[in-house]
Amino acid sequence: MCNFYRYIICIVFLLATVFSARAAQSEEIAAEKDFDAKEIIFSHIGDAYEWHITTLGNAHITVPLPVIVYSKDKGWNLFMSSKLRHGEYKGFYIAQEGEYAGKLVERSAAGKELRPIDLSLTKNATALIINSSIMVFIVMSVVRWYRKKPLRSVPKGFIGAMEMFVMDINDNLIKPCIGTNYKRYAPFLLTAFFFILINNLMGLLPFFPGGASTTGNIAVTMVLALCTFFIVNLSGNKEYWKEIFWPDVPIWLKAFPLMPAIEFLGVFIKPFALMIRLFANMMAGHAIVLSLICLIFMTVAMGPAVNAGMTVLSVLMNIFVYCLELLVAYIQAYVFTMLSAIFIGLAQAQAHHKPKHSIEIK
Amino acid sequence: MSLLMPDLGLLFWMLLSFGIVFFIVAKWGFPVITQMVEERKNYIDKSLRAADEVNRQLADVKIQSKKLLEETRTKQLAMLRETALSREDILADAKEVAQRETQKIVEEAQKQIRLEREAVITEIHSQVAIMAIDIAEKILRSELQEKERQMGLVNKMLDEIQRAKRN
Repeated sequence: MCNFYRYIICIVFLLATVFSARAAQSEEIAAEKDFDAKEIIFSHIGDAYEWHITTLGNAHITVPLPVIVYSKDKGWNLFMSSKLRHGEYKGFYIAQEGEYAGKLVERSAAGKELRPIDLSLTKNATALIINSSIMVFIVMSVVRWYRKKPLRSVPKGFIGAMEMFVMDINDNLIKPCIGTNYKRYAPFLLTAFFFILINNLMGLLPFFPGGASTTGNIAVTMVLALCTFFIVNLSGNKEYWKEIFWPDVPIWLKAFPLMPAIEFLGVFIKPFALMIRLFANMMAGHAIVLSLICLIFMTVAMGPAVNAGMTVLSVLMNIFVYCLELLVAYIQAYVFTMLSAIFIGLAQAQAHHKPKHSIEIK
Repeated sequence: MSLLMPDLGLLFWMLLSFGIVFFIVAKWGFPVITQMVEERKNYIDKSLRAADEVNRQLADVKIQSKKLLEETRTKQLAMLRETALSREDILADAKEVAQRETQKIVEEAQKQIRLEREAVITEIHSQVAIMAIDIAEKILRSELQEKERQMGLVNKMLDEIQRAKRN
């Protein structure tokens, strides 16, 4: 076993040296085309109109995606993103700089860059649809198993694992956090949990159907947080609103409406924190992995020895970060679900039955 | 910064896909799973409770049967003792009756024997009397064959009678 590891390390070093030597040969090219790590990282984290898989030589291998735009002048337009690769198409082009850098824009009659209503199936949107299909497929296959088998049969294998997973979230997370009528909210919370988890895990997959940083996009987490926001506030009872506008604090704290103001702000801050937490965690994970990979290419200029060393270091660090990210993918889904459940539970708090220890969310 | 600005298009697609997923999965997905598992859990709970109940009943039955067995055994012992007692009684009774019967028979026999003996004695008496008379007759006849002897006898008898009168 020890020998096996030794071989692997040797091969990694060998490959690293060979490649970095080749890279050093074409150093003049590298120097010419300055390696822009920031651009690479942000282009991977951000959204795109086409799904870039890899670059072989000068050929970009991409999956073209449909662009759907509505502009006041031209109405609805639908075309594949591959048309945009060579500049303008039907007056639409991707802005290289300015306010709308990287986005689809059109030029108005006055010569100003305008942003049309853009409902394009971008990389993230496509990934969302793929991941949603995967989730529906997984959940419905579990349900189909139950429908097919005789009543009260016990599943094995993948179905059994899914059942255990679902019941664990249901019984150990949702039930204790919400309390008595958790059954009303369990479907939403379970959906949110598995939706986030599948998106997180698919985001970690480095090749085509995965790799899109969906949960590392603020629009995605915003929709999820808004759902929680609406559910919490629409299911809030009298006690919940009383706690916000007339909490149990000394009169001078609420007559001059300090506490109500803070509590009212909290209504919005809670889901906002949910949104930012998930977004930032997932985005940061992707950024770290990409940075570590960029390290290999950034050290090319420092000579083969440094480059080889950094390559090995980068790969080892990436393995570690990937393991960590797997954990984070689960933890963030768990935390989002748990906090949503706690907020819903607090909105359901019974009068004269306040919990002794208020739950503080940092 | 564009990273923190939610994109309208993506917002739309996210809302749509999450909405559809939520609709499908929350309607036909998770509730079915949780319900099935809950049902199974309830069934198992119920079965366990039923098994417990049966076990308890079985234990009861065991205790009862043991008690019953013990009771029967004591009853048997009592019965045996009673039987022994009654047998002795019967034996004693039988003995007594037999004794009494025997005694009666013996008494009867003795009575019969006595009667018969008396009859025999009477017979003997009469026989003896007859024989005595016969003997007396023979003696008298032989005696009375000579005159002297007759006279002597008459005298002797008279003397005897007189002596008896004097006394």
